[in-house]
Amino acid sequence: MTQPQLDTSPKVSDEVRKTTCYMCACRCGINVHMKDGRVAYIEGNRDHPVNRGVLCAKGSAGIMQVNAPSRLRAPLRRVGPRGSGEFEEISWEEALGIAGDWLSRIRGTDPSKLAFFTGRDQSQSFTSFWAQAFGTPNYAAHGGFCSVNMATAGIYTMGGAFWEFGQPDWERTRLFMLFGVAEDHDSNPIKMGIGRLKARGARVIGVNPIRSGYNAVADEWLGITPGTDGLFILSLIHCLMSAGRIDLNYLARYTDAPLLVDDETGLFLRDSDGKTLVIDRATGELAPFDRKAVRPDPNARHPGHQTVLQLMAKRYLCQEYAPEAVADRCGIPAQRIRAIADEIARVAFEEEITLDRAWTDFRGERHETMTGRPVAFHAMRGISAHSNGFQTCRALHVLQILLGSVEVPGGFRFKPPYPKPVEAHPVPHCKTQPDCPLDGPHLGFVRGPEDLALTEDGTPARIDKAFTWENPMSAHGLMHMVISNAHAGDPYPIDTLFLYMANMSWNSSMNTRGVIEMLTDTDENGDYVIPRIIYSDAYSSEMVAYADLILPDTTYLERYDCISLLDRPICEAEAAADAIRWPVVEPDRDVRGFQTVLIQLANLMELPGFVDEGKAPKWRDYADYIVNHERKPGIGPLSGFRGNGDQTGRGAPNPDQLQRYIENGGFFVNHIPGEAGFYKPWNMVYQDWAVGMGFYDKPQPYLFNLYLETMRKFQRAAEGHGERQPPDHLRGQLRRIMDPLPIWYPPFEEEHADPADYPLHALTQRPMAMYHSWGSQNAWLRQIHGHNPLYVPRDVWDRYGFQDGDWARVSSVHGSITVPVALHGGLNAKTVWTWNAIGKRKGAWALDPDAPEATRGFLLNHLIHELLPPRGDGLRWSNSDPITGQAAWFDLRVSIEKVAPQTETDPAFAAIGSPVGRGPKNLQWKVSE
Amino acid sequence: MHPAPSVIIFTVLSGAGFGYLAFLGLGLSLDTGFTAFWQFTLAFSMTVGGLISSTFHLGNPQRALLAFTQWRTSWLSREAWAAVATLLVAGFYAIGVIFFATRFVLLGWLVAAMCIATVFVTSMIYAQMATVPRWNTVLTPIYFTAAALTAGAILSGQGAAAILLLLVLTLIQLACWLRGDRRFAERGHSIASATGLGTPGRIRLFEAPHSGSNYLLKEFGFQVARRHAMKLKVICIVALGVIPVLLIFLGGGIVSLILAFAFHLVGICVSRWLFFAEAEHVVQLYYGNAPAPLGT
Amino acid sequence: MTSLPQSTERKMGLVIDLDTCVGCHACVVSCKGWNTENYGAPLSDMDAYGAEPSGSFLNRVHSYEIEPEDNSPAQIVHFPKSCLHCEDAPCVTVCPTGASYKRAEDGIVLVNEDACIGCGLCAWACPYGAREMDSAAGVMKKCTLCVDRIYNENLPEEDRVPACVRTCPAGARHFGDLGDRESAVSQLVAERGGFDLMPEMGTRPVNKYLPPRPKDRLNGVRPRTATSTSEPLASPSAGATDSQSFFAWLDRALEKI
Repeated sequence: MTQPQLDTSPKVSDEVRKTTCYMCACRCGINVHMKDGRVAYIEGNRDHPVNRGVLCAKGSAGIMQVNAPSRLRAPLRRVGPRGSGEFEEISWEEALGIAGDWLSRIRGTDPSKLAFFTGRDQSQSFTSFWAQAFGTPNYAAHGGFCSVNMATAGIYTMGGAFWEFGQPDWERTRLFMLFGVAEDHDSNPIKMGIGRLKARGARVIGVNPIRSGYNAVADEWLGITPGTDGLFILSLIHCLMSAGRIDLNYLARYTDAPLLVDDETGLFLRDSDGKTLVIDRATGELAPFDRKAVRPDPNARHPGHQTVLQLMAKRYLCQEYAPEAVADRCGIPAQRIRAIADEIARVAFEEEITLDRAWTDFRGERHETMTGRPVAFHAMRGISAHSNGFQTCRALHVLQILLGSVEVPGGFRFKPPYPKPVEAHPVPHCKTQPDCPLDGPHLGFVRGPEDLALTEDGTPARIDKAFTWENPMSAHGLMHMVISNAHAGDPYPIDTLFLYMANMSWNSSMNTRGVIEMLTDTDENGDYVIPRIIYSDAYSSEMVAYADLILPDTTYLERYDCISLLDRPICEAEAAADAIRWPVVEPDRDVRGFQTVLIQLANLMELPGFVDEGKAPKWRDYADYIVNHERKPGIGPLSGFRGNGDQTGRGAPNPDQLQRYIENGGFFVNHIPGEAGFYKPWNMVYQDWAVGMGFYDKPQPYLFNLYLETMRKFQRAAEGHGERQPPDHLRGQLRRIMDPLPIWYPPFEEEHADPADYPLHALTQRPMAMYHSWGSQNAWLRQIHGHNPLYVPRDVWDRYGFQDGDWARVSSVHGSITVPVALHGGLNAKTVWTWNAIGKRKGAWALDPDAPEATRGFLLNHLIHELLPPRGDGLRWSNSDPITGQAAWFDLRVSIEKVAPQTETDPAFAAIGSPVGRGPKNLQWKVSE
Repeated sequence: MHPAPSVIIFTVLSGAGFGYLAFLGLGLSLDTGFTAFWQFTLAFSMTVGGLISSTFHLGNPQRALLAFTQWRTSWLSREAWAAVATLLVAGFYAIGVIFFATRFVLLGWLVAAMCIATVFVTSMIYAQMATVPRWNTVLTPIYFTAAALTAGAILSGQGAAAILLLLVLTLIQLACWLRGDRRFAERGHSIASATGLGTPGRIRLFEAPHSGSNYLLKEFGFQVARRHAMKLKVICIVALGVIPVLLIFLGGGIVSLILAFAFHLVGICVSRWLFFAEAEHVVQLYYGNAPAPLGT
Repeated sequence: MTSLPQSTERKMGLVIDLDTCVGCHACVVSCKGWNTENYGAPLSDMDAYGAEPSGSFLNRVHSYEIEPEDNSPAQIVHFPKSCLHCEDAPCVTVCPTGASYKRAEDGIVLVNEDACIGCGLCAWACPYGAREMDSAAGVMKKCTLCVDRIYNENLPEEDRVPACVRTCPAGARHFGDLGDRESAVSQLVAERGGFDLMPEMGTRPVNKYLPPRPKDRLNGVRPRTATSTSEPLASPSAGATDSQSFFAWLDRALEKI
């Protein structure tokens, strides 16, 4: 018998449409293969700068998201009580009418009665533009409960941060150190990068209480105790400084190490122009830091002053940061800390890289080569979602800078439009009046107490209390406090809560049950305490049931979007890049892209900026906005194909721009000249290129901030200096934590959760094959992660006599849950953990009420409160970082006890009604025969 | 292994049917005419019924004829040929006996040989599975053949032979269990050899590939509790061997024979259920389900 | 076609690097997507949105925890597994219909679904769990090594690799001819000590696995030697930890810049 004849060259598809993935926040390029007008297969786009052809599990499963039965089908108006899930379908005309009516009334009286918060929004430059035009101060995206500490510490310290703003030099780095990273920040690039390091035998060090994923392949795993990363990093700094293993040349030239700090005020010594001053080693005289040919002296002696490096030596050489002093607390043996410090130093200084690329710095000095220190770091939410997260993130950046490994070959590199000094960012704005736009952008970087978002009487101007004394540098707002504050009427009640893509009644909130109660609570008249809720989502998430009006969004393959340089672009260290999404398929339902709906609402309300002088709409939909909006003359959401299609960065709007992007594979790349590739903050070729691209209007070289003068200003205010004074109850906290040099203090949870009663830390991790709650509606992904156990370390497992199939009750000061357990040996001995957002509420996401997500899946959120326990002072203390307001998810401490096996996890919530019904029983998904 | 009812019914009925046919082929207790018609009807309905039952577990039974093509390599294909050929030859034999009252002795011997061969071929479907150490032994064909002959002996009323075969089968059954419990360990399969990682005892499944179930787990992941299996084994031995031996020994004619066969059938069904349910497939190692070490 | 070819012209297969696989399941889903839309019946999902979802997948990623002999911390190894395209493929010879076969030209083991009766015997015969019966179609599904990609003239040359290899973000999957000792995959196997799964089964798998590299080796500070100190960055003075000696070192070190 012969082998069957096989067609080894079958037709793959009718057409490939290239767009941008949205199965997580990573924004990879995808090739969508179409057959008979339907999506047949999705793969990575080889030309795309982010993923270069590869694609993760979520991305490949996109086809199951486009056909998900949980997709909302039409605008909905609530007919049952909140939480019932009872809705009636209405027309878009009616839906826009209702929303326009509610919003216009607010805008005409008090725009701050609208709280507009967006979740996993990738159009923040647009949504903030809308909110600004509306005039409410109450706008932010989800950064406050995500990773604001990382972003803010990076920008304040070195003018850029990880992920979208920077990356390791994957090509050259020889030692990569990763601190607890949520998988989607950055999803494929980190995997690709680790693969490249592995292929050439470079070393990977993982610092994470949990050994899984990236930490599983790390050559060295440091199973650190949660919340102690800052202490560990400061101990590394101690080791490096005491061994003299720091890059003095780099520190002297490119950082504030030589800046003179006034002993009395703690502020920088400045000249009459406000320029910070150094001692020039050539002359021994004071000189502005940026004067031509100046050689700053980091060990300068100047009466009444010390250099930043001298201050650092005094602090970090102390024995309190010696490995022996921190080892127990961190859960890492002292000799291992020393070994890691030694290895970092060895690679940085003994495997120094020299590139033969000449460049000229901002002091006019020409360098014939580029020196590199091939040690790179990456971190995201793991170290930042603590109440000491900001200082920890700062410590990490200070470590990088001491090694001279930022913006050098083999180190960490910025991605355009970064580097960008904090001075180039706006400060927050909050001045509001009826029928007027806000006085400026909502979010920004405060430079001192004068920039806080306070009203004239000193009370918070924003509903989330961002930019107040409680959390002065909250650059991304505090989305996790909005519902709680609105319910409490603290600082004031609101009228309408308008949310986009944020599952606040479930996995995106701390204290899930409490939030559900707040959303459904009524006043003495029987009216809801939060009177109106508008929600936009593409899917029947848990939050849908709690809204009064649903504006159904499209899926990511059915819409226009821009991944803009004004926002969170897709740049690489060697190129500026942006991208679009476009409707590769048309919606088969009565849904509209949310951004288009915002434009239609703005046109209805005739919001300034959205209509011209004659009140005629400027843009009919989001695609129109993407092409024709100009933030500044010649600068719009997309940088490519401007003008006649041949201009980049700056240029007039081009009506064919989107078509050109589509033809180009859905993205645009503009490479940085080779001589501008490193040392960008100080490299004049880069600075000029950046001006050409429109990132800023004139070159902005700056020094890295080891010492954060802004923080010192808040400290001084707490000491009684200045006009704006903090309330007395916050003075002590501000004095302690607003330290201009990185410090470590124990997470706040330890102050009220006695470690003797709650001996364990509890964490979540996001699985690589699942993104937030979106994966559970995905027929393929939910088979991989349909339920989650609580992973328990060996010691605890043995101590409680756990066996496979056992259950445990896990309690925090706030609440308890009953869940299945599993053993994990590669786990910090004081830590338990589980996968994030697998647990689902019955009735949501078009799943069967008996779905494993609802019966055996669970959330840790029930154990975490958005507030710290009352202190008896009548005040509501947020469970957040006191500097940035970052939600302190990972401060959680718990106790555990064995219980009899259960059939369902606890707490179990009643099923909510599904506005979309249930999915089909079986799938045989083939679009062509 | 998943103890699929269709496969249990198939092996039990066709085994008993071919065993009975073998005795009929040998001419033992074989009548002619109308009685023979019923004897052959019983034998054929068991074999054919069993074979039909075996198609119930096929995903695409309409293509079953293709199963005749691969007799060179496939025991299942050989089984198809053997069963059909045996039934055809037995059919001719039966026609002679029923309609012409003529027993072609040589043909009868051929039928008997073919019946035993068919049962052997059936057993080789299981015995060949290197992936299932419990089956992958010479005891498997012995067990299947003995079971078939025992059923045949009872059905054909061969009291002495039946008692002897019942005792032998009981011993074989016990041997299968004792040997079977050791087979997996003897073969040296472990999660360490399966994954090439670590050493036995220091490697375990951390997370299954999918939180949900799959074909492999349903087909190969079947596990029967040791205590439960022990109970079933006692029931099995009592029903399969002890009661039939007593019933036949005590005599009582057709009624006790029918009762003996009924008990034996129950026993053999339990035996066959255990044959599948206790069989550990090596793929279980990847799912962290190593067979429990002996003595636990 | 249940006879195995005496030998195959090439031995196409995968090399999977267990030192690099981060366990992201990208290969799993990419495979699911490609093979749902392409070769043979779609990979179905039963009870897709229900209480017991269970679908056909041709590639699954297990993860194992290993406790090293030296009591260093437990390690996790992610372990993708699909058909190994064995040279002595027992799944082929058991097939009664000839649906299962091993291609003479490249050694790929395939199921001709038109001839598959869904008896499941081949899955029984496979030690690796590489075959899954599709509940909806009633035919046996298995990795095809993307035979409809690797020679597909409708795909650009660089895309003529299995979907799992093309998508793997970490580059932990390598595709090539393991019969050619000069091929990149063979070289990789030789360099890194690639091994077979369950060699005792005698199946002679074509696919190879590369072992994880040793881990957790940094436990002490290297002794300072002439090569491990690089002026001017040497120690301030025998591990000085007070700021005064640091400043003294600083002055000396700055002189050399």
